[in-house]
Amino acid sequence: MNAIYILWLRQIKRYFRAKSRIIGSIGQPLLFLVALGYGLGPMYAKGGGGNYLEFIAPGIIAMGILFTAVFSGIQIIWDRQFGFLKETLVAPVSRFSIMLGQTIGGASVAFLQGGIVLALAIIAGFRPHYWATFPLTMFFGACIALLFTALGIAIASRLNDMQGFQLIMNFLVMPLFFLSGALFPLQNLPPALLIVVRLNPLSYGVDGMRGAFDGVFQFGFLTDCSVLFIATFFLLTLGSWLFSKVEA
Amino acid sequence: MPIISVKNLVKSFGAVEAVRDISFGVEKGEIFAFLGPNGAGKSTTIKMLTTLLKPTSGTLRINGFDPVAEQDGARRSFGIVFQDPSLDDELTARENLEFHAVLYSVSVATRGARIDSLLELVELTDRQNEYVKNFSGGMKRRLEIARGLIHHPKVLFLDEPTVGLDPQTRNHMWEYLKRINKEESMTIFFTTHYMEEAEHAATGIAVIDHGKIVATGTSESLKAQTNTTTLEDAFLKLTGSAIREEHGDGGNNAMHKMWRGGGRK
Repeated sequence: MNAIYILWLRQIKRYFRAKSRIIGSIGQPLLFLVALGYGLGPMYAKGGGGNYLEFIAPGIIAMGILFTAVFSGIQIIWDRQFGFLKETLVAPVSRFSIMLGQTIGGASVAFLQGGIVLALAIIAGFRPHYWATFPLTMFFGACIALLFTALGIAIASRLNDMQGFQLIMNFLVMPLFFLSGALFPLQNLPPALLIVVRLNPLSYGVDGMRGAFDGVFQFGFLTDCSVLFIATFFLLTLGSWLFSKVEA
Repeated sequence: MPIISVKNLVKSFGAVEAVRDISFGVEKGEIFAFLGPNGAGKSTTIKMLTTLLKPTSGTLRINGFDPVAEQDGARRSFGIVFQDPSLDDELTARENLEFHAVLYSVSVATRGARIDSLLELVELTDRQNEYVKNFSGGMKRRLEIARGLIHHPKVLFLDEPTVGLDPQTRNHMWEYLKRINKEESMTIFFTTHYMEEAEHAATGIAVIDHGKIVATGTSESLKAQTNTTTLEDAFLKLTGSAIREEHGDGGNNAMHKMWRGGGRK
C-alpha cells in the first residue's frame, strides 16, 4: 500500500540525511571489534576457541542492527513530541498500516546499518568461511531488524517522552546484547547464564548469522528460524495493538 | 444539513466531565469561530470532531460522516492545522506535502499540479525544496495550511492558527483562508484567543466554557446580547464571571467587590 511505502521512504530519507549520525554510528562497533577482537583475541585463541574476531563479528553486526532497530522504533516518541505523529493519526490510514510502515522502514534502516558494520568488520580483518550463504546471513539480519524495530515501537507506544529512553537502553537493550551469546560461546556457561541466553531472542539471531558465516549453528538452523519467526510475529502483534491505543 | 453537527456531546475522563452535553451546528461555507477560555473543552471537542478522541455520548457528523463509525470518510472530509507544528523537519516542504498527498490517496496525476498551486497560494513556491527545519514559524504555519488543503477537504480546522505570527503573516494567512472560503465554499472552523480575529473573520461563533456552550451567534448578536461594543468584552462578559465563581474564596470575592464598588451588573 502507498501509505506503507511513503512511511518507509520517509525513514530511509531521514536516515541518509543524518550524515553525522551515520558516521558516529561507526565508532562503537569498530571499537568493539578492535578492542575485543584483537584485545581478547590472543587469550581466546590460547584457550582453544579459535579466532575471536571471527567469533564476535556476527554478534557485533547484530549489535549494530539491534541498537539501530530499537532506536528507529523509539523514534515514534520524537514524532509524538514534535507533533508529526498527529498528522499520521488523523489521516484516513489504518493504525496497522502506519505501524507496518514504521516497522519496515525502521527495520530497513537497521539492516543497512548492519551492512555498514559488516563492512567495518571486514576492514578490521574479519573473513567469513562461506560467502555463498550470504543471503542466509542477510535473512537473519533482516529478522533481527524487524523483531527489534517492532519492539522499539511497542515500547514507544507506552512512553510519552524520551526520559524513559535511558532506562530502556541500559536495562533492556544492553542486556539483550551482552546476554545473547554474541561475545561468548555457550560451552561451559554457568547454568543461570545459559538460561538467560536461551530465553533471549537475539541469541537465535546471532546464532543464525554466525552459522551462516561459518557453518556452525549452536542452537540449530531450524530452531533459530522458528524462534525468530515466533518472536517477530508476537512483537508485531503486540506493537500493533499498543500503537492502536496511542493518543496524540 | 449543516456540514458540522454536534448534538448532546459529552466527554468524561473518569470523573472529570470535560464536555457536558453541547450542541451546535456549522453551515457549509461558514467561517466559524469556536471560542472559550483555556480548559473550557475546546480542544477536547475538536479532538472528537477530528477522530482523535471518542465521545462518551452524543452524536457528531462531519460532512454527513460519523467520526466514530465512519472514521475514514470523516477524515477525508477535513484538513487540520494543529496548534503546534506537525511537520517533519527533516523533509523538504514539498516532501511534506507529498507525504500528505499519499496518505490521503490523492492520485499521482493530480498530485503535482495541486501541490504546485497550493505552494503558490501560501507563497512558498521558491522555498519548496528546502528542509522545513530551516523555516520560520510563520512559514511552517503557511505550509501546514497548504498541507491541510491538499486533499480538497470540505472543512478546514485551525487550532489557534495565528499564535506567534507577525501581523504581515497573519494578514496573509487570513487572506488565503478567506479566498479559499469564497472560491471553494470551504468551511473554516477555528479557535483563537485573539478576539479581533474572530470579530473580523467569523461569520458564526460559539462560546464554550466549563464544558458547556454559553452562547452562539454572530459577532453582532453576541455584542447585542451582552450589551458590549467589542467581541472581546462580550466574551469576557460571557465567560469572565464564570471564572470568578470557580476560583472564588470568600475573602478574595469580598475584596474584589470592594474595589469594584459593590459588584457588577
